[in-house]
Amino acid sequence: MRRVVVTGLGLVTPLGGDVETTWKNLIAGKSGIAPITRFDVSDQKAKIAGEVKPKDHEYGFDPDKRVDFKVQRQVDPFIVYAIDAAGQALEDAGLDNMTDEEKERAGVSIGSGIGGLPGIESESLVLAEKGPGRVSPHFVHGRLINLTSGQVSIKYGLMGPNHSVVTACSTGAHSIGDAARMIKDDDADVMLAGGAESTINPLGLAGFAQAKALNMSMNDRPEQASRPYDKGRDGFVMGEGAGVMVLEEYEHAKARGAKIYAEVVGYGLSGDAYHVTAPHPEGRGAELAMKMALKKAHMGPGDIDYVNAHGTSTMADTIELAAVKRVLGDDLSGASMSSTKSAIGHLLGGAGAVEGIFCVLAIRDQVVPPTLNLDDPDEGTEGVDLVPHKAKHREVNAALSNSFGFGGTNASVIFKKVD
Amino acid sequence: MSDTAERVQKIVVEHLGVEADKVTQDASFIDDLGADSLDIVELVMAFEEEFGVEIPDDAAEKITTVGDATKYIEEHKG
Repeated sequence: MRRVVVTGLGLVTPLGGDVETTWKNLIAGKSGIAPITRFDVSDQKAKIAGEVKPKDHEYGFDPDKRVDFKVQRQVDPFIVYAIDAAGQALEDAGLDNMTDEEKERAGVSIGSGIGGLPGIESESLVLAEKGPGRVSPHFVHGRLINLTSGQVSIKYGLMGPNHSVVTACSTGAHSIGDAARMIKDDDADVMLAGGAESTINPLGLAGFAQAKALNMSMNDRPEQASRPYDKGRDGFVMGEGAGVMVLEEYEHAKARGAKIYAEVVGYGLSGDAYHVTAPHPEGRGAELAMKMALKKAHMGPGDIDYVNAHGTSTMADTIELAAVKRVLGDDLSGASMSSTKSAIGHLLGGAGAVEGIFCVLAIRDQVVPPTLNLDDPDEGTEGVDLVPHKAKHREVNAALSNSFGFGGTNASVIFKKVD
Repeated sequence: MSDTAERVQKIVVEHLGVEADKVTQDASFIDDLGADSLDIVELVMAFEEEFGVEIPDDAAEKITTVGDATKYIEEHKG
């Protein structure tokens, strides 16, 4: 059986333009959520978000490092984030100089939940104001979701499977799980897997606000607005960015002496078959996904040390927690569980990938990131370690990452330390 | 350089991210400046906006160098 390990990481988040900056800030309990700077929000109900910071910011992102000028002009930001995060991951894995033969066995699986909404919005205005003759010739391929994987393959010459998942907020987790299967199935030896999103634009913000999904009551206190499991939570805060990891067949990684972060040991998927935006009230779909992942990993409840929750800071948090309890036990069998969306907001299609990387880093550093703003834990949280306020050093041998999306699509991925 | 040539050069630099000194009147968009056919469509749109001229598709197809664009604009702008 071919095993799949993680050998490279790349991040672009509201807390940093790379992995180490993001992780350092996350563990320090910093928040990347702030008033929106990119456009006028005076008529918007939600006025805050986890924006990726400009390059002159203390933990900003510099697109010029890895993304060609022309590409930056032609594509939506989610693709720029994906290209950069993919480049970081390849460099980290020491795979930025592959032979042509190796490149034929290296693929890409980077998805997005929504894709190029800012560009769709702005070009619609061009169409309305100036007519069809002024719509950009780069409009379509600069907005398409699979141009994440397309652009990454073109830039880095990767000729293996080229795949993009679109499962709303489960995209990142499905991208990793599907890519791991491609390696197991011998379609490739190396896969760049992850998710990217950037929909902090007037239409995206208004759409989620109208769906009553966003926090709109704490515009004056942005850093406190994302508060998973707290009684005062009332909606998620939108984030943006990308997470990409290098997945590699174990023997392939060992043979070249690669640094191995963790192994992808379990992957579970399910559908809620219930409602377009609300999760099943008993979290049955979530439970099925977690159980499948555990079964695939040949693990029992006591084997999980850390759960990176979907935990969006909505009413659904306690539904997820109840499902996790049914799978792992009322005290989660000693596992810690936190929601890093408290610090960076909800990266939608990027969330599962970024949070999967946080799981891998928790295993590397034996520390679990905190749930910020958990001042007044909701009912049902008693006896569960939700890592309030401060990161916690503890043994992390295996970590489970949950992602659930609109349409009732669920994914759970389990990462495990490699001895 | 004429006023038109200067403005054409500026647009080409902004769109293609190339050094201004490479944008000579002889420079071919595709062979010398790294453009593809879609970049040329976009450049033609930018010229139309900047100079208030209309460049029909059959004329646009004949524009392959910076000089071709400058000449067409100078002959057709109002």
